[in-house]
Amino acid sequence: MSLKIIVLAKQVPDTRNVGKDAMKADGTVNRSVLPAIFNPEDLNALEQALRLKDTHPGATVTLLTMGPQRAAEIIREGLYRGADKGYLLTDRAFAGADTLATSYALAMAIRKIKTYDLILCGRQAIDGDTAQVGPQVAEKLGLAQITYAEAIRKVENGKITVVRRLERGIETVEATLPVVVTVNGTAPACRPRNARYVQKYKHAKTIAEQQNAHADYLHLFNARAYLNLEEWSAAEVNADVRLCGLSGSPTKVKKIENVVFQTKESKTMEPTDEHINELMKELITNHTIA
Amino acid sequence: MANYFLDTPVYKHHLHHPLMKRIVEVKERNYADRNVYDYAPIDFEDAMDSYEKVLEIVGEICADSIAPNAPEVDLQGPSLANGRVSYALGTQGNMETVRKAGLMGMAMPRRYGGLNFPCVPYIMAADMVSRADAGFENLWGLQDCAETLYEFGSEDQRQRYIPRVCSGETMSMDLTEPDAGSDLQSVMLRATYSREDNCWYLNGVKRFITNGDADIHLVLARSEEATKDGRGLSLFIYDKRNGGVNVRRIENKLGIKGSPTCELVYKNARAELCGERRLGLIKYVMALMNSARLGIMAQAVGLSEAACWEAYAYARERKQFGKAIMGFPAVYEMLALMRAKADASRAMLYETARFVDLYKVLEDVSKERKLLPEERQEMKKYGKLADAFTPMGKAMTTEYANQNAYDAIQIHGGSGFMKDYTCERLYRDARITNIYEGTTQLQVVAAIRHVTTGTYLSQIRDYEALHYNPEMENLKQKLMEMTTRYESIVTIVTEPKDSEYLDFHARRMVEAAAHCILGYLLLQDANADPYFRRSAEVYVRYAQAEVDGIYSCITRSDRKDLGYFKVE
Repeated sequence: MSLKIIVLAKQVPDTRNVGKDAMKADGTVNRSVLPAIFNPEDLNALEQALRLKDTHPGATVTLLTMGPQRAAEIIREGLYRGADKGYLLTDRAFAGADTLATSYALAMAIRKIKTYDLILCGRQAIDGDTAQVGPQVAEKLGLAQITYAEAIRKVENGKITVVRRLERGIETVEATLPVVVTVNGTAPACRPRNARYVQKYKHAKTIAEQQNAHADYLHLFNARAYLNLEEWSAAEVNADVRLCGLSGSPTKVKKIENVVFQTKESKTMEPTDEHINELMKELITNHTIA
Repeated sequence: MANYFLDTPVYKHHLHHPLMKRIVEVKERNYADRNVYDYAPIDFEDAMDSYEKVLEIVGEICADSIAPNAPEVDLQGPSLANGRVSYALGTQGNMETVRKAGLMGMAMPRRYGGLNFPCVPYIMAADMVSRADAGFENLWGLQDCAETLYEFGSEDQRQRYIPRVCSGETMSMDLTEPDAGSDLQSVMLRATYSREDNCWYLNGVKRFITNGDADIHLVLARSEEATKDGRGLSLFIYDKRNGGVNVRRIENKLGIKGSPTCELVYKNARAELCGERRLGLIKYVMALMNSARLGIMAQAVGLSEAACWEAYAYARERKQFGKAIMGFPAVYEMLALMRAKADASRAMLYETARFVDLYKVLEDVSKERKLLPEERQEMKKYGKLADAFTPMGKAMTTEYANQNAYDAIQIHGGSGFMKDYTCERLYRDARITNIYEGTTQLQVVAAIRHVTTGTYLSQIRDYEALHYNPEMENLKQKLMEMTTRYESIVTIVTEPKDSEYLDFHARRMVEAAAHCILGYLLLQDANADPYFRRSAEVYVRYAQAEVDGIYSCITRSDRKDLGYFKVE
């Protein structure tokens, strides 16, 4: 039996290098100045999937992402690294989704994909930092879940063994497939894009993107089926629009404050033994170090 | 995510040279592969886009993996146990990354699993890899050996070996021996044919072999008993899977410490002949050396670039006398000259790569069909230019890499002498570039006939005839003055028909020609992109002073002077 793996991935604004224009005056994220990237921990999840594909002949890796048209880039990035196919879940009805509405839409899409043994995703996305979507998808599909995974030790006889990175140590657990696994950023980094795959898939586009494609390459979409990226609307995954997007999201952002970091209580110390001694005592007293 | 290819726009500038259109169309045989391979380009624009996208992968790997691993690799180096080499951990990681990115066998045809890239983008990758870690560039650059297999091996050998290289197995070229360094004619490693086993057996010792524990070796050995010169040597393929070659020691080197330099012992090592007997040195190794020299030029250019970045970063941060030291004329002059030498070196590298590309690709086509008369003409022209530019370029770029690494330390002051800064590694790594694959002195030996036969002068005249932007008219004037001086020193030196006198001044004349050529190349770059204007201005001023010095030295010299220099 060949292993069927789904990887959930999200396109996020790169919040790691935030400049002064990162937030708008109204307190929302200014997405136009932040580059859109593959959520880092989703890349760790993709690497785990690709490693299973390397070691399990016939295994397939399918990417699933929800977002606007430009999120098709996430699927291409996955294909460039060795994924077999991908679906873009895109619809105005999905806009403004919180984690509940997101996991609902993803779960409906996974039901449509139908056959799978393993669903992998990053622990959390760097824009929301909730770490809720993976577990909620598992709940909605009625599957077991393994969070904070750092390595997949083995998959055989319908069982998976996973090493989890926890606050106070590591834990090795076993579960029966199918299962949802969320992967930590401490897991191995994703492999680079592959030169052959990049050249093979660089023309891959969704139907909407094909409208803007260069005329010289239009014939390719008929000749090479794998260049047509599939996109699904809410209706195509049989989703109830009331449970999608803003209307399906009980979480409402009430207020956003800009936090400006500034030095309040700074002390200047001389690099002498005496001063260092004092500092050490102070840090031990206030339990900064044990 | 840092990316060398994206953070340095000059790569794209060189990639998009007008000559590329012709190179790619011949290389891709009018894009015939597009119906056979899903990763083959559809047309010229598609091919160029693919080169960019793949070079972006290389740029990312260089900045995110290879460069960060470099200090540790330099410190740890490879190790030897039971006759086998283990790379430093960082090197192992780099190899794995490069393999996963599918970058090995970049220049090999698709039917053997390669990417079928022309020389220009392949060399550009080497340029970036070297900027990240010059030692790793050696392992990367040994892909070149596959080209020799492709050019001279049988179809059966191509099919058995090249796909292995494309999937990431490494190669080595085993030429040097304890008593055969620059003079490869004295190679002694013995090859004996066994009729019984229908194969050759190799016995002997090789020394200074880069990546000596490679999976597939090309070995120069003496196949003709009782011969003493180059015509008794043949080229062999040794496959590590067959056994028979052990590594006796790994050299402890000044630089490129991540790259294992090995002493090899061959004991009845089973091997197969590559190409024809007796052509090993005179034909195959000469071809192999030429592409290896281009690889070393790329290594030198990468090092020159890295030295510029290190020096600039330090000079901007370091404050003395109340300001950043880059504000002082003594420092900014060094920085500007380093940048000019790096830009000039790169211009030379890609001009040479284009000549090599056109020549090689037409030669390859000639094996499939008869070339048209104008194609034959084209092949001849570029073959000659490649032959002239390779030794000159290797000499100039590697000397400049050393000068840039030296100046980078100078700008760092005392800190540069400490192990804490990258510049000291660059200095050590650069030092080999003007020695191996033929010292600068030997490059001059190869280049000098193009001084005397006028190849360089006629190319300079061709450059002179190009159109340049009016604001660069004064630079062109300077270059024309330099050319006049070059012509007169060539006359002065060649007139007496004294070969020792010619040898004595050979390097000066090659350098004078090179200054004119590099100057014109920078002018052409500045024509297309104003970024290069500064380097053109700085380089031509520097070069003119150099040519004036050479002119002064030669016009005042006398054949009798040689006596003062001769050592008894």
